[in-house]
Amino acid sequence: MSKTSLDELPAEGGRGNGPLLDVDNLHVEFATRAGVVRAVNGVSYSLNPGETVAVLGESGSGKSVTAQAIMGILDVPPARIPQGEVRFHGTDLLKLSEEARTQVRGQRIAMIFQDALSALNPVFTVGWQISEMFRVHRGMSKRDGMKKAVELMDKVRIPAAKQRVNDYPHQFSGGMRQRIMIAMAIALDPEVLIADEPTTALDVTVQAQIMELLAELQRESNMGMILITHDLGVVADVADKIAVMYAGRIVENASVHDIYKAPAHPYTKGLLESIPRVDLKGHELYAIKGLPPNLLDMPTGCAFHPRCPYRQDDCVTDAPPLYEIGGTRNSACHYWREVLDGDQG
Amino acid sequence: MSDMPQAGPVPQDTQTLTTDEKATASPPPAGGRKKAARSASLWSDAWYDLRRRPMFIFSLILIAILLVMSFWPSLFTSINPFDARTCELSTARQGPSSGHPFGRDSLGCDVFARTIYGAKNSIIIGVTTTVITALVGGLLGLIAGARGGLTDTITSRVTEVFFAIPSILGALLITATFRDASLGIWLVVIALSILAWPMTFRIMRAAVLTARGQDFVLAARALGASQARVMFKHLLPNAVAPVIVVATINLGGFIAAEAALSFLGVGVQSPDISWGLMIADARNRFLEAPLPLVFPAVFLSVTVLAFIMLGDAVRDALDPKLR
Amino acid sequence: MATKGERILEVRDLVKHFPLTQGIVMKRQIGAIKAVDGVSFDLDRGETLGIVGESGCGKSTLAKVLMALERPTSGSVMINGKDIAKARGAELKRMRRNIQMVMQDPYTSLNPRMTVGDIIGEPYDIHTEVAPKGDRARKVQELLEVVGLNPDHINRYPHQFSGGQRQRIGIARGLALQPEVIVCDEPVSALDVSIQAQVINLLERLQNEFNLAYIFIAHDLSVVRHISDRVAVMYLGKVVEIGNDVDIYDKPAHPYAQALLSAVPVPDPEGREQRERIILQGDPPSPANPPSGCRFRTRCWKAQEICATEEPLLQIRPGTTHESACHFAETHDVVHVN
Repeated sequence: MSKTSLDELPAEGGRGNGPLLDVDNLHVEFATRAGVVRAVNGVSYSLNPGETVAVLGESGSGKSVTAQAIMGILDVPPARIPQGEVRFHGTDLLKLSEEARTQVRGQRIAMIFQDALSALNPVFTVGWQISEMFRVHRGMSKRDGMKKAVELMDKVRIPAAKQRVNDYPHQFSGGMRQRIMIAMAIALDPEVLIADEPTTALDVTVQAQIMELLAELQRESNMGMILITHDLGVVADVADKIAVMYAGRIVENASVHDIYKAPAHPYTKGLLESIPRVDLKGHELYAIKGLPPNLLDMPTGCAFHPRCPYRQDDCVTDAPPLYEIGGTRNSACHYWREVLDGDQG
Repeated sequence: MSDMPQAGPVPQDTQTLTTDEKATASPPPAGGRKKAARSASLWSDAWYDLRRRPMFIFSLILIAILLVMSFWPSLFTSINPFDARTCELSTARQGPSSGHPFGRDSLGCDVFARTIYGAKNSIIIGVTTTVITALVGGLLGLIAGARGGLTDTITSRVTEVFFAIPSILGALLITATFRDASLGIWLVVIALSILAWPMTFRIMRAAVLTARGQDFVLAARALGASQARVMFKHLLPNAVAPVIVVATINLGGFIAAEAALSFLGVGVQSPDISWGLMIADARNRFLEAPLPLVFPAVFLSVTVLAFIMLGDAVRDALDPKLR
Repeated sequence: MATKGERILEVRDLVKHFPLTQGIVMKRQIGAIKAVDGVSFDLDRGETLGIVGESGCGKSTLAKVLMALERPTSGSVMINGKDIAKARGAELKRMRRNIQMVMQDPYTSLNPRMTVGDIIGEPYDIHTEVAPKGDRARKVQELLEVVGLNPDHINRYPHQFSGGQRQRIGIARGLALQPEVIVCDEPVSALDVSIQAQVINLLERLQNEFNLAYIFIAHDLSVVRHISDRVAVMYLGKVVEIGNDVDIYDKPAHPYAQALLSAVPVPDPEGREQRERIILQGDPPSPANPPSGCRFRTRCWKAQEICATEEPLLQIRPGTTHESACHFAETHDVVHVN
């Protein structure tokens, strides 16, 4: 395997041709005692500057594992990436040396997590942790780093940043801690921000604050954002494109408007019909029957077939490819036409 | 999806809904209903599981042999080590020979016979001290953790006082004070138990506090469960595992502590025999004659190992996730 | 079974303060966390009252006080005319048969070392008068069937079930004593989206089948709207607005309710740019030291002097259809795009 050097990446700010980030046919496996778990099974999506791609899925769908593979923070072993590429400005990150990846990680591609409390170190002040980014990557002095930390805390709208820069993580509320995480993530002006369930642990009004902050930061810096979530409401609010994942595969890939107007995969359709809405009083909720599959014991053919109302015999035997629909979207369902038209099986 | 609710009287015997999740559950075993009527519980399932664990069977066989050895030592050797005539000073520290498979010690006594006869004191001390500390410390820890408040504050402070006593010094003090009470090895058991129960107490209390914070305890209280029920049905089964592990590991420590006490002149004394005493006696001449030390040490290790295996098997059997 | 519409639960001026103490030996009270601070509402048979609010608003403490797991500082919780907050011993135990709960976390709410049969049968072990001993296994199997689980799985342990199935086990345990009221504390928030709908549908079906009254506590306003007949909005230990679902969701009158509703993302991207969003500043104040007068005034865009001096009472305000606790209450639909 040839090691590509970091020099081939365009300098900061320089934009290469094609998408900013291109995940291509990514596979991730985990070796467990019970067997090999194929957590990610040929996932592809791309991200352009200023764009928000939502990766939607339930627990175990592989959405977070994909993100960790992009960031290069998977534990190898037990994880293994048998094939696939993650191209950043056209350079495959998976082929970079660990040293070069460290340069990309945090500086060019940054990530925020669901649980801000455990992602922050409890024994250092938040100012110290934010300024660490500048000390380590930019060689700044402690004093300058702290000054930058205050600036960033102001930017993510933490009230009285100057006074609070020497506080410890536990002295902040959940929403404020998430802001501190965001401050650390955007410290070095990354081009890609991966947000893994950034608001799942937060209350709705705080969620609204955080999502607004992220949108504003994105507008200012034109960074691309990968939003990993299970919340169909948040996705509808902020995403440009959606990739719906089920059992390690992308089952549908489309613009946000297309998907919500007319889903082309029975799983997406089921999800959309199963959530109650604050603006409507529905009667009975549609419930997708059954449970998500066990990754160690995947159904034959299409992984969704045991739960699918559109199932035909060939779904049990043939795994559907990602069909292209009208050149703008994809669906991994043999019967996407019926799903689009809404004729139930 | 015809999940449509049915109003009116409770149709308990008819299947009222198309169950989503049920479809994926494994099919009922043949004869379904009747088989399910055997109602399992944690303890019956654990016992069922234990009987199938080779480690459990093996440790039980070992422990059974050790117990028989303790109480009927003459089944294993024809030499009575308490009979001074079996020792011959002239053969001191001789290596293994026919009739004396472990050789002889510094007084020319048969090491094999002494090891066999020494089992009784060592195992009684190890096992009873373990049982007493597990019961006393465990029960107090359970009560303190479950009740909290003043009960917890008082018992916790008391254990801290015990923790502050250096263990060998404390044991010396206790045994020396009561040496005239002619309690024999039971004095050692009492001294070690007094000093060791706070350890079990702490472990049990911590485990109970963890279990107490979980919702199922709240759910039981909401059902109107009594305090005793919460303690013994909910908290104890979820907190007992670390106590079992520590207790079985401590067992070896108690046998060794008995040796230290013997060495210091309290506890088991010659001409009585214990493994600890034998090891202490053989220490000085270990380089010239290792066997008088090695054999009791090996027996001690096997005993400890047997109990640790037993503890591990019981702990695993009590965890449904590991079955 | 009693008819629908009859009053089953009356909560009056419920207060729960947790004392804050200082010192180890000589404990001295230096203040109190006012978790629930004067809450009143009624619940009829077969009805669902949703309680929404954000973390720290006191909704979980309220659930514990309703369940008599915590004694209130003052106030009453009348179930069929009897105050469970004052009941003791055998009387309390008897009253518990009438009010049961379903908890949030399907992983910690079931004892991992008990079989499903023991978990669902425990209510009968505690209340032996409800079912004769020989009847227990049959009743447990019936309950499993009612909540849509395989009755043959009686000897399995919780870890052998998925999150949704465990929540069904918790529901079966809550149903065992045939209570009239079930307090559901975030019963679906730990579940995956596709499983949430299954459990919500189950709760609705059981309500109709057994004429249950629910107190449905949740932070997810969409779920609450779906299941509730009436909704109470809590902020810092107080109910700031209460009404039927149309009142609260389409005609909210309290600024906090409006902000809360506008923050809920709607799963429909159409018109998302036009949707009104009220972004509140900062975090809620500490319940140990709530603001004077109206507790929401520190984050309210309508606040005036009177809000700091006079506490607004929960009452029907001019121009509104239902009770709200705001001096400047005004109906304003924030959910729908015009």
